[in-house]
Amino acid sequence: MRHTLSVIVENKPGILTRVAGLFARRGYNIESLVVGETENPQVSRMTIVVDGDEKIIEQVTKQLHKLIEVIKISDITQEESVHRELILVRVAADASTRGEIMQICEIFRASIVDLSRNSVMIQATGDQKKIEAMLTTLRPFGIREFARTGRISMVRGSK
Amino acid sequence: MNGAQALLKCLEANGVEMIFGYPGGSVLPIYDALLDSPIRHILVRCEQGAAHAANGYARAAGKPGVCLATSGPGATNLVTGIANAYMDSIPMIAITGQVPTSMVGTDAFQEVDITGITLPITKHNYLVKDPAEIPRVVQEAFHIASTGRPGPVLIDIPKDVLQAQCLCPDADEKPVVDIKGYRPNVKGHPSQIKNAVKLIEAAKRPVLMIGGGIIHAQASAELFELATRANIPVATTLMGIGAFAETHRLSLGLMGMHGTPYANLAISKADLLIGIGVRFGDRATGDVAKFARDAKIVHVDIDPAEIGKNADIDVPIVGDARIVLKEFLKLTPPMEQTEWMDQIAAWKQNRPLKYRADQLTAQQVIETVGNLTRDKAWVATDVGQHQIWTALFYKFNRPGSFITSAGLGTMGYGLPAANGVQMARPDDMVILFTGDGSFQMQMQELGTARQENLPLKIILFNNHALGMVRQLQHFYCGKRYSGVKMTFNPQFSSLAEAYGVQYYHISRQDAVESTLKEAFDHSGMVMVEVAVDEQEMVYPTVLGGKGLDELIVCD
Ligand SMILES: Cc1ncc(C[n+]2csc(CCOP(=O)(O)OP(=O)(O)O)c2C)c(N)n1
Ligand SMILES: [Mg+2]
Repeated sequence: MRHTLSVIVENKPGILTRVAGLFARRGYNIESLVVGETENPQVSRMTIVVDGDEKIIEQVTKQLHKLIEVIKISDITQEESVHRELILVRVAADASTRGEIMQICEIFRASIVDLSRNSVMIQATGDQKKIEAMLTTLRPFGIREFARTGRISMVRGSK
Repeated sequence: MNGAQALLKCLEANGVEMIFGYPGGSVLPIYDALLDSPIRHILVRCEQGAAHAANGYARAAGKPGVCLATSGPGATNLVTGIANAYMDSIPMIAITGQVPTSMVGTDAFQEVDITGITLPITKHNYLVKDPAEIPRVVQEAFHIASTGRPGPVLIDIPKDVLQAQCLCPDADEKPVVDIKGYRPNVKGHPSQIKNAVKLIEAAKRPVLMIGGGIIHAQASAELFELATRANIPVATTLMGIGAFAETHRLSLGLMGMHGTPYANLAISKADLLIGIGVRFGDRATGDVAKFARDAKIVHVDIDPAEIGKNADIDVPIVGDARIVLKEFLKLTPPMEQTEWMDQIAAWKQNRPLKYRADQLTAQQVIETVGNLTRDKAWVATDVGQHQIWTALFYKFNRPGSFITSAGLGTMGYGLPAANGVQMARPDDMVILFTGDGSFQMQMQELGTARQENLPLKIILFNNHALGMVRQLQHFYCGKRYSGVKMTFNPQFSSLAEAYGVQYYHISRQDAVESTLKEAFDHSGMVMVEVAVDEQEMVYPTVLGGKGLDELIVCD
């Protein structure tokens, strides 16, 4: 099963290598890893999506905890959370298909951020399901390339 | 004051009395500062020797050992020793010089990314970019290395940082360690402790499985009290040897791949296994699917990641072995376990440890050395058959006195480790059991030993073979022996002479005791070469994929 771990780490050089190295070394399957600043400049938040059964996730969590610069780990898989990814997609488009593509963008609340004679670049945000659905819908037009961030997540409710 | 001087001041403040090291360009400032420091520098012959010596020192002194190397090849020569310390959870500080900050990343002369290389084999490591960080980094390094599950910490310092001027660290006011992500839990969970004691009370066939954690936590007295009060026999892993007196009736000795028959049978038949300071490593468990099948398992360890990693656990307890054992003792009543005691005694009687008596063997020599020196000597070993025979036949009674490379199985560990032990314990007897193969991996450290006038007692088993690998080929490769014959060995007598070491030779059974006594009476360093047969096997042995009760014994 896919788990989402929200990991607070010290904002120090090398921490990404430590975390990525740990996953590679112990053979855990990282699906995505996003790291970025938080409201506190001394710490960063990593959102790690990892695939594995309960036993593996328990080991991943414990091994991560052993890294001195890892401060806190929450498995937010079961929690009410907001998950977001960002995608940029370049889709083949000419005068005859552009209109339809724009309609699709509207449905997915995506926006067109670049335009050329035979393609458009679309930007969309959302959870993984939505992004997948949009890609499926766009596929028949011809996806030239896309770039996708990993997932960032936050638990809902007051804190 | 410069960075190097500040570094030595901080080491001093952390109780460092000596450093094992080897100089080079990038650590010139440290070597310069050493001339004015009360810290002793022990010049080794190869950096790997420095790391193993720091390891031996740490184990005998009960505090972190420190080794020092220059950048590049100096640093990479430490790597085996760092990995070795990591696998055996030995507190160690490795200090390396680095090329100047401005040249880092340019493939400069003698540049290696040693923090990158040692990432998976250190508990933590640092690249220091500013001399002002040195006091905090050193303080943290000692804290991390010696608390929780101990381990090696590496500090890499570029040359310009060592040279840069900085404030003198305040000798009376050590920086307070505050690492948000590092708070080892030492107190076991009370309700889990209660659950464990309930299992002890209900058990009919309990066994204590003891590892190096008991020695690190200095919990042998508490372990002894628990075992004797509730009549629980004690089996140990290689790292746990000596944690419980092996001459005691409740001792089962070594368990696992080369464990005693009674230890392995007891574990296989147990209805309760209490593992303390162990990691259920594959050498200890054999095929884990067949391991202690009838037993509920209690696992006490300071490292939460070890619990449930290899074996399924019924009662997990994260904590310091000594603190948790003290809690056990508050709750555990005296118990007789008459039937189980009879069963154990019967196994010991009917399935004893054996070795052939019709010719000279390493086992006989080790047993004799045990009888002559037990309770007073420190014993280091190298890696191979002689190591396991030492574990089986010496019979250790003193916690921590068995100094061996367990987790990594590093040939060449023995001599430099023995040097470290003797440096920490100048007045004690230090014995090294080594093999012709292992000894030749680090024998240059004889130079270090002689330079420091160490009265080591070296016992070298010469079977002209890499015996342990030969044994593997015997069992797993249809006796096709490949690359295991030492067709050339030096004249060890001449080697001893070259280093000014008193040499003895044993080739007959009836000379064992008298020669050993003579050698041990010699006040300086001695080497006793023992001629043994390459065909001798380590028994008992549990083959790959087998359970502990499927052991093969000596006939
Ligand atoms: C550095 C290293 N290389 C290789 C091995 C594999 N190995 C394990 S035991 C052994 C043979 C050791 O020979 P010796 O020291 O003569 O001991 P013996 O088994 O003959 O008693 C070897 C090659 C090892 N453990 N360490
Ligand atoms: Mg040999």
